[in-house]
Amino acid sequence: MLEIKNIKKSFGALPVLKGVDLQVNQGDVVAIIGPSGSGKTTLLRCINYLETADDGTMVFDDESFQMQKVSKRDVARLRKKTAFVFQNYNLFQNKTALQNVTEGLIVARKIPKAKAVQIGKQALDKVGLSDRYDYYPSQLSGGQQQRVAIARAIATNPEIIFFDEPTSALDPELTGEVLSVMRELAKEGMTMLVVTHEMNFAKTVSNKVIFMENGCVVESGDSREFFEHPKEERTKAFLQTIHDTMSLAS
Amino acid sequence: MVGSRLWELFLDSFGKILLPGLTVTIPLTILAFSLALVIAVIAALVQFANIKGFQQIARFYIWIFRGTPLLVQLFVVFYGLSRVGLVLEPFPAAVLVFSLNEGAYCAETIRAALEAVPSGQLEAGYCAGMSYLQTIRRIILPQAMRTAFPPLSNSLIAMVKDTSLAANITVTEMFMVTQRIVARTYEPLLLYLEVGLIYLMFSTVLTKLQRIGEKKLQTYAHKGG
Ligand SMILES: Nc1ncnc2c1ncn2[C@@H]1O[C@H](COP(=O)(O)OP(=O)(O)OP(=O)(O)O)[C@@H](O)[C@H]1O
Ligand SMILES: [Mg+2]
Repeated sequence: MLEIKNIKKSFGALPVLKGVDLQVNQGDVVAIIGPSGSGKTTLLRCINYLETADDGTMVFDDESFQMQKVSKRDVARLRKKTAFVFQNYNLFQNKTALQNVTEGLIVARKIPKAKAVQIGKQALDKVGLSDRYDYYPSQLSGGQQQRVAIARAIATNPEIIFFDEPTSALDPELTGEVLSVMRELAKEGMTMLVVTHEMNFAKTVSNKVIFMENGCVVESGDSREFFEHPKEERTKAFLQTIHDTMSLAS
Repeated sequence: MVGSRLWELFLDSFGKILLPGLTVTIPLTILAFSLALVIAVIAALVQFANIKGFQQIARFYIWIFRGTPLLVQLFVVFYGLSRVGLVLEPFPAAVLVFSLNEGAYCAETIRAALEAVPSGQLEAGYCAGMSYLQTIRRIILPQAMRTAFPPLSNSLIAMVKDTSLAANITVTEMFMVTQRIVARTYEPLLLYLEVGLIYLMFSTVLTKLQRIGEKKLQTYAHKGG
């Protein structure tokens, strides 16, 4: 349903994406992993047109787009079929949890308010926040805020959700509640593209892994295969470093 | 018995000074400040959104009105423009000048507040499917106005006092009425202190209202939990 070919992006003289390919099928949970600065965030932002790529083609639902010159109208249309969960939540600070979820429904999709509120409550119930409808973001913990952000994402019934390190701003004891919500979504067949440092999540929830370094895809493929029999030396080295830091931490 | 004569004069003139305060100073302030806010929001938004042309106009307007004395602006509009056939009544002239002058200052306050809203708010709006304008109107501007609330209240309080300058273009507001009573009674110390006291009352009420307003706005700004 989503295919990206040869996406390139530089910031000034700094090439950040050097021709990345990517394919996501309906129901896939794809994990993007890689060292800091490898271009993972930039990749997601280009796919959702928060940044404009310098080159690349995108096929979304059998429609093809030239990524560096997509019209505003097409971007708006594409965004309505997708959702984005940010590392630092980016909840609307002047709206309650429920309003955060209904805003995009009422304003962007012209769903009647009563119906939107009903959908919004359902979404919040699903992420375990039935008792926090009327709380402002500043009154919620990081984990709760990120769950509101996920509720905001699923309420619009998107074809795919992009996650950019959804748990890395959270205290370790709060990451669990967010990951379990995501695990639940995966089980229901939600298509997700997830940048993550949580190897355990990548291993157990995703069915595909993409390992990026220096703006290139080093290795990608089936999750189990990737973790059990990595082919590239770089992948092995990366997994080893992660493994070492993990065992140091515990 | 000088004391009791002064006391009587004080009581007698209190109502006479307060009346134009209620019928001229306050309406002038409310009208001019409301208009100033409208002008300021527009001038701030066109700059924030980088709208070519309009942005330059806004910068020019702010440059002129922040860079010249309010009193000079009043004179130019009231006495000056009549020379080119544009005769304005004192009160509308005062409303016009005060709103344009205040609008220039408030525009800068609001622009700074708009720029202080994290860029992630706009991106979140986009990702929720909202357009630029929808996100500005429903997410960015409300947050900016809350940030701008204390400095805007400050401007409002300053403006109440500045309306006394309107006496110079024959608006019969509190200060002009006081001057007239002084001319009759020769008690400048008592009467100017008295009008100062009434301005102080007005400012105090506004300061109280600011406090209440800030409390109300705190709900969402409250950090932690
Ligand atoms: N707006 C920008 N302007 C200039 N350089 C940028 C910008 N955004 C990202 N970069 C640079 O692009 C490179 C890749 O950044 P990116 O955020 O995509 O990495 P990442 O893989 O998400 O890293 P992390 O794991 O730390 O989040 C970095 O060197 C970064 O400094
Ligand atoms: Mg990143």
